[in-house]
Formats: sequence, structure tokens, C-alpha cells
Amino acid sequence: MRANDEDILASAEEWRRAGRDVAIATVVETWGSAPRPVGSRLVIDGDGNFLGSVSGGCVEGAVVTEALDVIGSGAPKLVSFGVADETAWQVGLSCGGRISVFVEKVA
Amino acid sequence: MKLATLTALNETRRARRAALLVTSVADGSERLVDPSAIASDQLAAPLDLALRTGKSALVEEGGAQFFISVQTPPLRILCIGAVHISQALVPMARMLGHDVIIVDPRTAFATPERFPDVVLHAEWPDLVLPSLGIDRYTAVVLLTHDPKIDDPALHFALKSDSFYIGALGSRKTHGKRVERLQVLGFSAETIARIHAPIGLNMGAVSPAEIALSILGEITASLRLKPDGSRA
Repeated sequence: MRANDEDILASAEEWRRAGRDVAIATVVETWGSAPRPVGSRLVIDGDGNFLGSVSGGCVEGAVVTEALDVIGSGAPKLVSFGVADETAWQVGLSCGGRISVFVEKVA
Repeated sequence: MKLATLTALNETRRARRAALLVTSVADGSERLVDPSAIASDQLAAPLDLALRTGKSALVEEGGAQFFISVQTPPLRILCIGAVHISQALVPMARMLGHDVIIVDPRTAFATPERFPDVVLHAEWPDLVLPSLGIDRYTAVVLLTHDPKIDDPALHFALKSDSFYIGALGSRKTHGKRVERLQVLGFSAETIARIHAPIGLNMGAVSPAEIALSILGEITASLRLKPDGSRA
């Protein structure tokens, strides 16, 4: 089992070396009661497979969608999720917190 | 992230060295900073803070945002004693993401059959411990009940930066252990680093339950301040 964020980076390297497209999403800022701390990571491949977590399940689906976009364009992006976000009702954090996630492609 | 950066980050971790990754949020450009090079970096103060606290952080410099990702080595649990509790502790520690090393000079205990796929040293602790590099990311767990084996390991651990030292045995057994340490000149403050009886007080009985209580106590040592508040 890959238990922590550093082990997940080992998987990211393995995936990329195996020829898969890979993106890494990292929690860079949190406000209020966020489920996972700054530095938490999600690794995503071009087929939408993922390892790790950035929110304990609340917004992973949306982050995977952003990651596929980043894999396609190659340009990194910073995305925010939380109760103040207009998409809160679809993919918001049920705990009422807010997080910023940096998504980048492994090139 | 460049594949070369990712590779370097993973290599650093395997070598049990800390690393800091600085990423520009605007364009994704990045650089790895070795802890020895922090002082000369333009982000010296926040990099130093991140390394000391182990906390990654978003910082601003010259109107731009940078994310400092701090990577510390994997926690390692050094078990003195290839005993039943150690057998239960190995898979649990792995689930937590920790590395485990077992040391026990008794070759009947320290066998690959009892500990498959574990780094195993069937040697006396005073011979092998100096070469293992006990650092501030290493916990030392004494489980043999035998002062001949436990004590030399304990002496070495108490002189190291180990973040957790625990010793199996009753209060009476620990009382005798403390007396032996006092005779050797260890200070009360140093002796107080030892968690004994080992493990969280949760009524653990079976080897697996005791292993769980030890891992719980190790987690608490890592995450809580001495007063019990979050670190």
C-alpha cells in the first residue's frame, strides 16, 4: 500500500517511466476546517486513474477532471474548492473548509 | 514537475535525506533546494521554517507566489527483539508508511522465516546500531525483556536524536532499568525520554494489540506536543 504523499510521488515516477501521462495535484493552501493538510497530493494518469487524496474524497472527482485538462494543455493551474465557490453544491467540501490545489503535468 | 525533479525527489527520500522543492504557482517552474544551501537562497527564512517544522507552505516573494514543499525521510522503527510483538508490528508499521529494522542476536528468533522481507540483523545491538544512523526520524523500540540485549541498545538510543524511545516491561522492571542507567551516569532528563511501560494505556493484551498501542504512542510522539496539544 502507498500510505503517504512521498510514496505517491514514487508511483508518479513509475507511471511516467511506463509511458503514461501523469499529473500531480498538491494542496497548497487551506482555510478553516480542511480534511487534508497543505502538501497532500493526488497523482492522476491520462485515463483518470488516481492515487492519494487532497480532500479525503470530497473534491477528488473535480481535481481529476482538472488534471485531465492540465495533461491535455501542459499548462499548470491553481484551482480552489470550498463553500465560497460557485460550484460548492456540486463538489464543495462538506466540512465547510476551503482549499487551493496546484495541478501540474509531469513532463 | 519535470521528470528529472521527480526522480531526484524520490532518490533523496530513499537516501533518507530531507529535501525542499520550490514551485512557482504562476508558471510551474521549480527548483530543488538542499537543506545545506538554504542560507544562500532568496527564500532562506521560509525554507528554514518549513524544514524545521516539516510543514509545506505557500509564500510570496517579489509579488509572485511560490509553494515550498518539504519532504522529510520516511519514519523508521528500529525494533530490538525479533519477538512475537515485532511480528505483529511489521505489517502495521508498513500500513502507516514506516520502515522497520529488526535487531536480535538470538539467531533462533531473528530468522527470515519469522520475518520475511524485513531488514534483519542477527547481531548484538552495540555492534550493529552505530552503523544504522539513528536520526530524528527514527523510533527505537526495546522488546526483548532481556537487559543483556535491551540495555546496550538503550544506551546508544539515549545518546541519539531518536524522536521516540520505548521499552517493554512492567513498572518494576523499568524501575530496575532506571537504577542501572543512573549508575552509568545518565541524567534524570535523559532517562525521562524513555516511554515505559511501552505503548498507549489501552489495556492491550495480545501481541497485535501491544503492537497497536506502541504504534499509537509513536504517532502521538510525532504529532503532539508534550502537553498533549497538536504540534
